[in-house]
Amino acid sequence: MQASPPNSGLEQQRPLPRGLAGALSLLQGLSNNRRTLPWLIQGVVGLVLLLLIAFLLGNLVRNLTAAGLLLTWRWLGQPAGFDVSESLLPFSPDLPYWRALVVGLVNTLRAVIAGLIGSTLLGTLVGMASFSSNALLRRLVRVYVEINRNIPLLLQLVFWYFVVFLALPNGAAAPQLPGVVLAKSGLYLAGFGSAGWELPSLINGVWHAPLRLSVEFAALLTGLIVHISAFIAEVVRGGISSVPRGQWEAASSLGLHWWTTMRRVVLPQALRVIVPGLNSQYINLAKGTSLAIAVGYTDLYSVAETTLNQTGRAIEVYLILLTAYLTIDLGISALMNGLNHLVQVKER
Amino acid sequence: MPTVLRRLRRDYFANPVDTTISLVLILLIGAALVGTLRWALLQAEWAVIQVNTTLFAVGRYPIEQQWRLWLVTALLSAASGISWGLLRALPRRDRRLEADLWPLNDRIAVAVFSAVALVLPALLRLTLAIQARWWLITALLLALRWAAGRWGGGRRGRQALRLLPLAWPSLYLVGLGLIGGGLGLISVPPGEWGGLLLTLVQASLAILLCFPLGVLLALGRRSDLPLLRWSSVVYIEFIRGAPLITLLFLGQNILGFLLPGGVAPERVWRAALVLTLFAAAYLAEAVRAGLAAVPRGQLEAARSLGLSTPQAMTRIVLPQAIRTAMPAMVGQFIALLQDTTLLSLIGLLELLGTARTVMANPAFLGRNAEVYLTLAVLFWCCCAALGLGSRALERRLNPNATA
Repeated sequence: MQASPPNSGLEQQRPLPRGLAGALSLLQGLSNNRRTLPWLIQGVVGLVLLLLIAFLLGNLVRNLTAAGLLLTWRWLGQPAGFDVSESLLPFSPDLPYWRALVVGLVNTLRAVIAGLIGSTLLGTLVGMASFSSNALLRRLVRVYVEINRNIPLLLQLVFWYFVVFLALPNGAAAPQLPGVVLAKSGLYLAGFGSAGWELPSLINGVWHAPLRLSVEFAALLTGLIVHISAFIAEVVRGGISSVPRGQWEAASSLGLHWWTTMRRVVLPQALRVIVPGLNSQYINLAKGTSLAIAVGYTDLYSVAETTLNQTGRAIEVYLILLTAYLTIDLGISALMNGLNHLVQVKER
Repeated sequence: MPTVLRRLRRDYFANPVDTTISLVLILLIGAALVGTLRWALLQAEWAVIQVNTTLFAVGRYPIEQQWRLWLVTALLSAASGISWGLLRALPRRDRRLEADLWPLNDRIAVAVFSAVALVLPALLRLTLAIQARWWLITALLLALRWAAGRWGGGRRGRQALRLLPLAWPSLYLVGLGLIGGGLGLISVPPGEWGGLLLTLVQASLAILLCFPLGVLLALGRRSDLPLLRWSSVVYIEFIRGAPLITLLFLGQNILGFLLPGGVAPERVWRAALVLTLFAAAYLAEAVRAGLAAVPRGQLEAARSLGLSTPQAMTRIVLPQAIRTAMPAMVGQFIALLQDTTLLSLIGLLELLGTARTVMANPAFLGRNAEVYLTLAVLFWCCCAALGLGSRALERRLNPNATA
C-alpha cells in the first residue's frame, strides 16, 4: 500500500509551529487556560533559576571549604603591609586592610567628583560650540566627538599618561600658566598655604606649592574629562536642539547676543532634556575611574586587587567592590533625580 | 568664483567674532598639523611597528600554522565580495528603483581598498611575499564583487542572497574551527592567540552571543510576570552598575569557585563569557527602548488577528523593535569592541596587551607614542567603519525611506 493515511489527523490540520513561539504555544495548548499559563511559566523559570543558583552556590561553598576560604571578614583588621602611593587620609603599611580600602575609596571619590565637574564644564562648552555660527568651530566639535567616540578610554588614558604626562620636563623647563605648573613630578596649583595665598615656587630645581596633584591623578583626570566630555557634549547638543527655533528667533529679535540667548533663554530650557541624559554619562565616568590601575593611580579597584593578591579573599573583595560601585552609582542617580525635579519647569 | 568666496565668508568670516575664532583656530590647527607631521616624519621611529607587525596581528600564533589565518582572511574577503555584489545587483526595496550596480560610494570604496592594499603593506615594510598575499586577497574581494554584481541580478542572485544569512554564520564557525584547530588540524590553544586576532575573536563572540541573551532579558524586563521582570531587572542593574574591570576580576578569580571541582575554562573563554554577559545587559536596555517605541496597537492588532502572544511578539513586535533599536545596538557593539582593551588589564595579550609587551622590550623602550597612536588609528578605523555600516543598514531597513 503506498497511499498516504487519510487526511484526518490533527497534525495535518495544524502543523506544529517551530522554535520558541512553537514551544510556548504548545505550553499554552497544554494548559489552555489564561489564568494558569503565567503561573506555569513563572514556575518553570523560577525552578530553573533556583536550581542554577543552588548549583552555583553549592559549588561555591564546597570549593571554598576545600580551599579553606569560607566567608570571613576578620582579615580586614590585619595590617595591610603595602603602602598607598597617594592618600588624603594618613596611611602607612602597618594600618589594617580596611583602612587601605577606605583610602582607595576616597581616591576613587576624589577622581569621580573632580571628573564630574571638569567633564560637565568642558562638555557643556563643546556642546554649545556645536551651535556656533562659525562652521570651522562646528566641524572641530564633530572631529572631537568622533575621536573620543571611536578610541577606547583605556587607550586614551595610557596615551595621556605615558606619552604626554611622563614626557613632561621637571624644574624650570616645565610648562607654566599663572598659578599652575605642570611638571613630570606632578601638577602644582596655587592655593592657601601656611603663609596665605601662595604661588608654585621653584626651590633648588624642585617645585613647591600648596596644592600638588600626582601626575597619575592628573593623567587619569585629563583622560576621563576629555573622553566623557565628548559624550556630554552630545547630550547637551541634543538638549539644545530640542529647544524650538522660535526661541532663538524671538531672543535675537529682542536684540540679545548669541551668548546671552544661549545662557538666558536656550540653556535653561534645554536642561530639562539634558539632565536625564547626563545621569548615564556620570555613571560611566564613575565606572571609568576603575581604569586608574593602568596609569598607576591607587583607586579602590587597585587597592582591592593588591588586597586580593595578598589575602586570596576573592569573594569578600568582590563583594566590597560591588557594594562600593553600586552605592556610588545610586548616589549619582539620586543626585540627578533631585536635580531633574529642580529643572523641570512647572507649567501654569 | 564669487559663490565660493561668498559661502566662505558666510561660514567662516561672517562677523568680527567669527573671523577671530576662525583665524585663531586656523593657526592652532596649522601648528598642530605641522608639529604632528614633523614628529611623524622626522622624529618618530616606526620600526617598533614595522618589526612587530606579526605580533600585533596574531600574537604568538605558531608560524607554521599561520596559513590557516590567511585562509580565513581569504574566505572572509570572498564572502564579503559576493555579499556586496549581490546586494548591489538586486533592486533596493527602500529606493524602489532599478539596481545601481556601481553607485558613487562603491567606487570610492574600491578606490580606498585598492589604495590601502597597495600602500599599507609597503609602509609596514612587509616582505614582498606577504605584500603579494594582501594584493591577492584584495583582488579576490574586488573580483568577486564585480562578478556577483555582473551575474547576480536574476532569480539565481535572489536565491543566493537568501542563502547569505546561512552562509555567514557557517563561515564564522568554519573560521573559528580553522583558527582553533581540531578535526585533524593541529590544535592551537587560545592562549597562543593574540593581537588583533584575539581582539576580533573576543569582540565578535561577545557580539553574537549577547544578542539572543539581550533580547530575552529585554522581553523579560517588559513582561507582565513579576518573577521574569524582577529577575531581569536585578541582572541588568547589577551588571550595569559594576565597572567591567570588576566583572572581569570576578571571571578570573571567582568563576573557578562556582563550577564543580574548581575546574574553570581557559582564561580566554572566561573573559569571553564575562564580555558576553556584560554586553547582554547593555543590549537589553537598547532593545527595551526599541520595544517601548512600538505602539501598543501593533500587539493588539496582531492578537485580534488570531496570533498568540508569543507569535505576535516574535513576528510583529520584535522585528519593529529591533529596527528601532539598531543604532543604539550598534553603539553598544562599538563600545564592546573598545572594551576588549580591558582584557589587557587581566593579562590577556590582545592589541593593547601586545603593545605593552612590545614596549617592555628594551629595544623599543620609550616608543609609546608610535605604538599608542597606531592602535588609536586602528581602533578609530574599525569603530568608524562599524558606525558607517550601521547607518547604511539603518537606511536599508527604514521602510519609509524615499531618497
